[in-house]
Amino acid sequence: MEETMDSYDIVIIGGGPAGLAAAVSAKEKGCNSIMILERDRELGGILNQCIHNGFGLHTFKEELTGPEYAAKFINKIKELNIEYKLNTMVIDLNKNKQITAMNKTEGLFTLQAKTIILAMGCRERSRGALNLPGYRPAGIYSAGTAQHFVNIEGLMPGKEIVILGSGDIGLIMARRMTLEGAVVKVVAEIMPYSGGLKRNIVQCLDDYGIPLKLSHTIIDIDGRDRIKGVTLAKVDEHLKPVPGTQEYISCDTLLLSVGLIPENELSNNMGIQIEPITSGPVVNERLETNLAGVFACGNVLHVHDLVDYVSEEASLAGRNAAKYIEELSEMHVNKVEANPIELIATSGVRYTVPKYIDPSRMDEIQTVRFRVGAVYKDCYIGVYYDDKNVMKRKRKVMAPGEMEEIKIKKQDLLNYPALKNITIRIER
Amino acid sequence: MRIGVKQTEYHVGDIVCLFFLCLQEERLKGGRMHRYDVIIIGAGVIGCAVARELSRYQMKIAVLDKCNDICEGTSKANSGIVHSGFDAKAGSLKAKLNVEGNQMMEQLSKELDFPFRRNGSLAICFHEDERSQLLELLQNGEMNGVQGLRMIEREEIKKMEPHISEEVVAALYAPTGGIVCPFNLTIALAENACSNGVEFKLETEVLTIVKTTNELEKDSYHIETNKGCFASQIVINAAGVYADAIHNMVSQNKINITARKGEYCLLDKMVGNYVDKTIFQLPSKLGKGVLVTPTVHGNLLIGPTAADVEDKEQNNTTGSALAEVIEKAERSVMKLPIRQIITSFSGLRAHLDRNDFIIEEVEDARGFIDLVGIESPGLSCAPAIGKLAAKIVIGIFPAAAKRDFISKRKGIPSMATLSKEEQAEMIKLNPAYANVICRCETVTEGEIMEAIHRPLGATTLDGVKRRTRAGMGRCQAGFCSPKTMEILARELHVKLIDITKCGGKSKLILGKNKEV
Repeated sequence: MEETMDSYDIVIIGGGPAGLAAAVSAKEKGCNSIMILERDRELGGILNQCIHNGFGLHTFKEELTGPEYAAKFINKIKELNIEYKLNTMVIDLNKNKQITAMNKTEGLFTLQAKTIILAMGCRERSRGALNLPGYRPAGIYSAGTAQHFVNIEGLMPGKEIVILGSGDIGLIMARRMTLEGAVVKVVAEIMPYSGGLKRNIVQCLDDYGIPLKLSHTIIDIDGRDRIKGVTLAKVDEHLKPVPGTQEYISCDTLLLSVGLIPENELSNNMGIQIEPITSGPVVNERLETNLAGVFACGNVLHVHDLVDYVSEEASLAGRNAAKYIEELSEMHVNKVEANPIELIATSGVRYTVPKYIDPSRMDEIQTVRFRVGAVYKDCYIGVYYDDKNVMKRKRKVMAPGEMEEIKIKKQDLLNYPALKNITIRIER
Repeated sequence: MRIGVKQTEYHVGDIVCLFFLCLQEERLKGGRMHRYDVIIIGAGVIGCAVARELSRYQMKIAVLDKCNDICEGTSKANSGIVHSGFDAKAGSLKAKLNVEGNQMMEQLSKELDFPFRRNGSLAICFHEDERSQLLELLQNGEMNGVQGLRMIEREEIKKMEPHISEEVVAALYAPTGGIVCPFNLTIALAENACSNGVEFKLETEVLTIVKTTNELEKDSYHIETNKGCFASQIVINAAGVYADAIHNMVSQNKINITARKGEYCLLDKMVGNYVDKTIFQLPSKLGKGVLVTPTVHGNLLIGPTAADVEDKEQNNTTGSALAEVIEKAERSVMKLPIRQIITSFSGLRAHLDRNDFIIEEVEDARGFIDLVGIESPGLSCAPAIGKLAAKIVIGIFPAAAKRDFISKRKGIPSMATLSKEEQAEMIKLNPAYANVICRCETVTEGEIMEAIHRPLGATTLDGVKRRTRAGMGRCQAGFCSPKTMEILARELHVKLIDITKCGGKSKLILGKNKEV
């Protein structure tokens, strides 16, 4: 098998929004040997089933549907003659940057890459992961699976719906199911705040009179063949059900929108270091993982709220992958940077992407993205270069459902040559 | 004389009644009396093990089950442990059959191509004063004939199991303990029985059983079901939690089976090697307690609890029991990675008060054989129970061995476990083996098609899941269920909308957009 192994400068795992944007920017940066491997029957990833609008306001300054947003990138891929394989599942990645994949036309094959861009996206947290008790009947779906049935197959998973979790897909599906003729009885959220974007609460629930019950969860699932109902209960500050608050709600369908998990099983197999908070790889300013020449972007790196940010981040990964190839050919020995600056997330900031910044290699401006752990009103984002406060930005509202960002200038960092840490925190 | 007359009256009455009943059946269902030499009620692991053993002989056999698939009751939700046999009370049927079943399992796994691993087990104690109980278990096990049992100390335990609790003091090590997948085992037995001529009648619920004593039918049983009338000289009761109801249809000596619920949590393969051996705590009156074990497919399993329930379909999980499972499992191992839980489930054990199996011809019902009260270690015992039951049957109904008995069965190839060369070979045979449907477990279209088309093939999402593992991984069928449903519909020539999770009313889709 080794003799016939095809090789590419960049192999991108996943042809969703992240993989596509990474491919386009790598190509535009001058890399001509790119292969995208996509498991589905078309490029575009989950955007293909997101038929609602609201995509692209930042990237294209217009409001697009998911498929329209994807099409812009897919057209670019075709214009630029970037190679891709569809219906192709990557089953193994190794440290030597060999990719084993298979599909029906070529069977099992291995590719040799000089760099790999991880863009596998994420999966939905399942009922099982919540350890949600009750029976295990038909009619319990993750919101994304229901979205696939309705938007791709034209089939309705049910007509009387309860939604657990207020993640964006759940909110979007509350509206979609309503528009398709179902009744959405309630959206229950265990936290005292929604996990989705504010605009989705307004446009998908409020506009349709769908109640959102915060600090509520499901404590029992009824129905042996098909789901018949759920028992809802209020939870206390420790998220434990409060006795006496149970309420039975009949339904024929339960949708779950209870979180997304980056799909890093392949990354794990090749020895990539994973950040426990994000479940995504630990990356530096180039979005490069602990394995030199392996980059990560999009929802496999950390779960995003808007696809526009995915595209922006993936472009950076693509550019840096191309740069890495350039450096390889120029025989640059630029692998190990002695002391990159470590970013520390604390006091309400859950994580940062990237985790490390090397000022000598960074762009003029580095975007650092993060999420907060609770709802903060009239607070500040404080940034410290070691102990020195360099930024204090007022934010009216910050919530876990929305990503936050700060920009760090290369010029600033060069003024602090001995800098070890950049700390980002939320302050009153 | 009077009594004789009376008997004759009953006799005639029975015939008339049955004649009428069957005539009515015929009219209603267009059916007729289905005649067999042996009818087995229940297609769980026990029913299937007996069916497979009996299929060695020249006899006409049917297995009836009310469910839509084989392996739908107790057999589908248990620990998947092949116990070594130190626990069951010396001299009991449980003890004898456990040790025997354990010894048979390896050979059987080769003949019928299902995964089995002898990973060994540890019964651990946390206090010095519990040592005596471990010693009792050791002695009991030795009386049962369990090989290789020995007491081990903390240091050795820690070496074997780095994640074991800091509190552990000593353990009873049983190297013959093993793990098996209960679906794979049951389905393998059933498929092999089927290949050897056993007929499986699914969605066939036994309503009444009547014994006839007329000359023509010579002590045969008439079994009325929702799918018509069956007649057979030998009836084997392998009905699990319902075995009491079946038994009580023919015997005056009534029995009662309690459904004893056990709840479990299953953890991701990422932590499948958190322990290597099956870790038990000291057994209690209600059973072997909560164990922590790898599964034969590489997950980590914790459970079960034990609680008697009234309703024999009450296989739901509860918040309190799942919390109990986690709490108790956390006692056995350090820092149990509960964030890696991917699903939870519960099963019902068929518990008899006498605490041992009943495996015998019913005293007041000749030809009716009870395999009753088969709770733990029932799965481990299954091959031995099959053999014992077959022996009882042959004692009543002598039959010659078949010359063309097929002893081997080939399982569905599992792309996830094949070497690269073997994978390439499979794909060459059928490119559908390169089309991955379930990404978490790397299950391909080829495997799913095979699961649908082999004898006793899958007709539902759960059926595919149990045969191929599609949907058993960390995303719990989020991504693959639409694709699996599409393949089922295509291969079975039915509409997508008619595909169910597990038969009956378990519809997955309720209509088209705007139509509901």
